[in-house]
Amino acid sequence: MLRKGFALAALGLAFIGGPTLAATSQEEPKAVHWSFEGPLGKFDQAQLQRGYKVYREVCSACHSMNLMSFRNLGQKGGPFFDPEVKNPNDNPFVKSIAKDYQIDDIDSETGDVVKRPGTSADRFPNPYPNEPAARASNGGALPPDMSDLVKAREGGPAYIYSILTGYEEAPKGMAVPTGKYYNPYMPGDVSGFWSLDPNKVPIGGFIAMPPPLAPDKVTFDDGTKSTVDQQAKDVVAFLTWVSDPKTEERKSFGLAVMIYLLIFSGLLYASYRRIWANVSH
Amino acid sequence: MSGHSNYEPKSGFEKWLDVRLPIIRLGYDSLVDFPTPKNLNYWYTFGGILAVCLGIQIVTGIILAMHYVAHVDMAFASVEHIMRDVNYGWLVRYMHSNGASMFFLAVYVHMFRGLYYGSYKAPREVLWLLGCVIYMLMIITAFMGYVLPWGQMSFHGAVVITNLIGAIPVIGPAITTWLWGGFAVDDPTLNRFFSLHYLMPFMIAGVVGLHIWALHVPGNNNPAGVDVKSKEDTVPFHPYYTVKDGFAISVFLLMYAAFVFFNPNALGDAVNYVPANPLVTPAHIVPEWYLLPFYAILRAVPDKLMGVIFMGGAIAMLFLLPWLDTSKVRSMRYRPTAKLYFFIFVIVTMILGYCGGQLPDNKIIPGLTTFQVAASDLNSVVWLSRLATAYYFAYFLIILPVLGLTETPLPQPESISEPVLSHSANAPVGAAASPEKRG
Repeated sequence: MLRKGFALAALGLAFIGGPTLAATSQEEPKAVHWSFEGPLGKFDQAQLQRGYKVYREVCSACHSMNLMSFRNLGQKGGPFFDPEVKNPNDNPFVKSIAKDYQIDDIDSETGDVVKRPGTSADRFPNPYPNEPAARASNGGALPPDMSDLVKAREGGPAYIYSILTGYEEAPKGMAVPTGKYYNPYMPGDVSGFWSLDPNKVPIGGFIAMPPPLAPDKVTFDDGTKSTVDQQAKDVVAFLTWVSDPKTEERKSFGLAVMIYLLIFSGLLYASYRRIWANVSH
Repeated sequence: MSGHSNYEPKSGFEKWLDVRLPIIRLGYDSLVDFPTPKNLNYWYTFGGILAVCLGIQIVTGIILAMHYVAHVDMAFASVEHIMRDVNYGWLVRYMHSNGASMFFLAVYVHMFRGLYYGSYKAPREVLWLLGCVIYMLMIITAFMGYVLPWGQMSFHGAVVITNLIGAIPVIGPAITTWLWGGFAVDDPTLNRFFSLHYLMPFMIAGVVGLHIWALHVPGNNNPAGVDVKSKEDTVPFHPYYTVKDGFAISVFLLMYAAFVFFNPNALGDAVNYVPANPLVTPAHIVPEWYLLPFYAILRAVPDKLMGVIFMGGAIAMLFLLPWLDTSKVRSMRYRPTAKLYFFIFVIVTMILGYCGGQLPDNKIIPGLTTFQVAASDLNSVVWLSRLATAYYFAYFLIILPVLGLTETPLPQPESISEPVLSHSANAPVGAAASPEKRG
């Protein structure tokens, strides 16, 4: 009964855990290996710094990152964390990054609307004053906020990486709307724009973002060769960290919890065997 | 809580208290000395596991409520603030969100165990009914809790589910407006859901108290399904079952921790990390995994009102079960035919869960188009859910009532001790299925 039940439960989980499929179709995300995979995976700090640079110089032109403050960059596990600096607000890298931004504020003396240099405690400012402005500048599409982007997409890092590196020439017979780009990894339905065999509609969809990356578009300070693939991997690593900045704390805490519970379970099992030793049951 | 008490107050204070408020006696009688059948297997540890789940949800929930803001403009950001800026907020929030899944996983095992061993039969009908009430309260609590982060699935899930009430003729729309506190799911809805989500766990805790009381009057059922005959058949709850339940709880927590620490978002929908936007509907709206079977039943019925009735009926079956099952034999160990139908029932509920997560028009066998029946292809999720729904109801309304009258059960043991003493030699089917318990 017990074993049968477990087998059934496993079968059930396999069923439920299976992907919930959409009516739309897209290419499966590319398989990428990440340093932060698995229960022991950690972020590569150099990669996070490169990724931040890609974000700063490319993505942040259109994408906001509302939930992040500059200080987050210097917190434990962050791209500019320095174990010598206890308070991330005092981190010199963070302070100089923040200073480069102009933040909207109210002059406390006069009440005038002013701009001032950012501080570590400020949030990353939005590239656009409001949503209609963002849409107006992007052909009606809203560049999604990047704070939760990796958590908020099915497929996570692999999906974002595949989108960034997956732009393709639209197949013959497809009329790509103006201001849109074909990407086989983008979920969508292109059948309305397909003039050939209706049974052979290509998978993928249209995206309003032009291919954002190009070779040498970003110069990496550590001398890493700046290919599209490298830029994509680095920025995805950065965005994964942004989505869940406490990942490393969570995993190391979890490891201790698992070891504790394993030992505790072992002790309880031994006690169980001993207490029940004289009961025929 | 009932029957003879073996508690003897020792210290002066205990004696003084015992004649005024015998609370130590109550604890002693129900958690220490309580005579428990000695043949309970690991499936019987899930009651204890569920108590732990409820405790974890309440404690983590109270902490979350200290930081959460129930406002449509701030709820999403406040949950993210908890995970990013509150010390160990990620731990509390992930424990709570995954805790809901663990709670339901445990309750389903607990319910299937009750179904298999006939724990709903006389004299435990009230115990079973209270369990059904707890389960219903859990569903409502979980649904309201899922709305609170105010992500896309929170919002649109709330819209879909509250709109179901609108299917009730004449008064439905008025009730929906009353529930919303307006003409759409909005700030008043979020606020009252938060209030009720905080209230209901304490209602659950209250009914759990009654559930345990109703358990301790007739005593535990057991895998053999026969009544306790003598002291030989039982062991005191402590230490025998405190240690066994403790071990099971610890193993359960291992699995729970694996989700919380290494895969905290695996059981949730990624779309719920997109802030709610009433103007953009997600590609498809699905509930969390634990409600998928009911969602499949809802969608299996072409008519909205009938769908709601069937969905409610699926839970109503559980309430009626003690009077639908006509068999006098409790444990399915001694009901080989019923056992077969039971395992099919378990698989059918999982098939329903699978169907609930798919689009109704998705194909079961890819690429095969058969013929249309009732406006849907026979090779589609919607037809699979219809067949599964039919079996679900047939199990309660036809199979269990008829089988109890027609089947020939295997001989039951005289007492709990009997199959133990005579061990595997002439033990009935199933008795030897858990050899690891041999102490």
